[in-house]
Amino acid sequence: MSATLEVKDLSTHFFTRAGVVKAVDSISFSVERGQVLGLVGESGSGKTVTGLSIMGLVDRPGRIVSGSIKLAGQELVGLSERDWRTIRGRKIAMIFQDPMMTLNPVLRIDTQMIETVLAHADVSRESARERSRQALSRVGIPSPDERLTAYPHQFSGGMRQRVAIAIALLHDPELIIADEPTTALDVTIQAQIIAQVQKLAAETGTSIVWVTHDLAVVSGLSDRLAVMYAGRLIEEGPTAEVLRHPHHPYTLGLLNSLPINNPQGQPLNQIPGSTPSLLRLPPGCPFGPRCSHRQDDCASAAPPETSVDHGVRLRCFHPVARQGALA
Amino acid sequence: MSDFLIEARDVSKRFSQEPDLAAKVAGLLGAKTKRIVVHALDHVSLGIREGEVVGLVGESGSGKSTLGRIIAGIWEPSDGEIFFAGTARNGLNDVQRRAADLAVQMVFQDPMSSLNPRMRVAQIVGEAPQYHGIVPQAEIGAYLADLLQKVGLDPSFAERYPHQFSGGQRARIGIARALAVKPRVIVADEAIAALDVSIQAQVINLFMKLRAELGLAYLFISHDLGVVRHLADRVAILYLGRIVESAPASELFRAPNHPYTVALLANMPKVETGKHAFAPLEGEIPSPINPPTGCHFHPRCAHATARCTAEVPALREIAPGRMAACHLNDAV
Repeated sequence: MSATLEVKDLSTHFFTRAGVVKAVDSISFSVERGQVLGLVGESGSGKTVTGLSIMGLVDRPGRIVSGSIKLAGQELVGLSERDWRTIRGRKIAMIFQDPMMTLNPVLRIDTQMIETVLAHADVSRESARERSRQALSRVGIPSPDERLTAYPHQFSGGMRQRVAIAIALLHDPELIIADEPTTALDVTIQAQIIAQVQKLAAETGTSIVWVTHDLAVVSGLSDRLAVMYAGRLIEEGPTAEVLRHPHHPYTLGLLNSLPINNPQGQPLNQIPGSTPSLLRLPPGCPFGPRCSHRQDDCASAAPPETSVDHGVRLRCFHPVARQGALA
Repeated sequence: MSDFLIEARDVSKRFSQEPDLAAKVAGLLGAKTKRIVVHALDHVSLGIREGEVVGLVGESGSGKSTLGRIIAGIWEPSDGEIFFAGTARNGLNDVQRRAADLAVQMVFQDPMSSLNPRMRVAQIVGEAPQYHGIVPQAEIGAYLADLLQKVGLDPSFAERYPHQFSGGQRARIGIARALAVKPRVIVADEAIAALDVSIQAQVINLFMKLRAELGLAYLFISHDLGVVRHLADRVAILYLGRIVESAPASELFRAPNHPYTVALLANMPKVETGKHAFAPLEGEIPSPINPPTGCHFHPRCAHATARCTAEVPALREIAPGRMAACHLNDAV
């Protein structure tokens, strides 16, 4: 089975007046057809820039400085803007945290959806409208005929996100980049959206990169998990393995800091310090200064990527022994 | 006689839109205009004891922030009363009222929009205690240094502006400001929701440390059940302006009673190890402008009967210390 998405040694840097920000620094991962990859990290870890790089949406002063991104075998890095137009929205779609990033507040839903259909498909307006109607009912929007003629502000937050997902699905893309799509939603609505996306991905074979800061959300959703820290992929592997036996001290620290993994009423196992500025990264391993497993060699060089058992890749000189936090 | 330090008794809050000029003219000409009234809170009672942590959980539009603000004295209820140490807050004289107001302080969600960007930390934190004469002018420097240290900030940060801090540090400044007037109750409205996971843990630990050191009581408003379970002694669940269940935290999470609580717990994302199918609760929280009849939850409830559509279930004791508002409890 060939991978839908193959990212190899991707580096996206921003050339600012204050210096070069290595927002994404030599990361590699792949997503198989119909699979969900959870891309997890805190603010500034580079998870969103990774998503934007795959979409070809990195703007000046940033650019992809090296590496390759292949969608079903086709190289995306270096494509002309003209070629991008045949891919963006058709083969790769994006769902943002705020659905109003996708939706135009002054246009009716049908206008926006029909426009999206016609941008990539040579069909009549009527059939484009029908396709939009079907897309809305596919994401669980009741009475789609009425809702098509509504404006975005007439929808609730959860419903707006459903519309954004319906638009993303209009051309049955091979890949969807979902950037924190449920973060702004209530718990019960979040569960509805996740269930919907899960069902649709299974039906259509669409691969998903689900970008989030919330381990709990992707743990039940993703097949593989990639954890980012300060622009680097520090641990990647099958979701169950990474969560049950975290190898990187940062992954372990994140899991141990969750209230659910701590006895009630006791202080949480916190990771000390805060994420470093990408302009002033500590030497060697960027997590070194906060790490509980730190040794002398951690500050001398950045750990290279190594493969360990159970399909996990890692960037750490002194990984956690396999009896992890959640035995 | 209740032992609550602060208590909301039968509190309701309605927001209504003032009619604009066109509506007033239409009214004068005899047109039937209807004012839009939002019932944010509907006969809610909730008390917090000395040193107790009460978790208040609800989705957007449930009225949890409204209740927090009323308890903190920022808003007045439309009906009902707030009791401070057993006395109605509105019956207090000016001096007592000021003391009661100072005793309840609030910490907000977004530290950037709740800190004045043009004020230095020393002013932000130090303004209130000086104004209220809690600390003499001469001692304010030492008082500030002590406060900043308490919340885990370097006292030398006092001369900096909010934009010079990270999100976690700003949250600490917000907490220091609330502590500056020596409150007994802190109303924390989604105080950690905007923070990164590793920083959340640090701030939660700070809340717990301050509680142990200062004997503070918290009303901890959050949508994050995991955090509430960890911190709270008692939990109240709000749905569309009404408390549907309240219970000691351990019991509520072990055996939820109300169907809405059951659904919330089932939908709470957990770090399970493995992919699984989600079985979500259908429907959305209805509009508080037009709430459903009877039990507000009945349109989404799998157990709803004709009675649920017609009759509002009373919040009543179902076991010692446990309250729930559901007709199903009458069946047995």
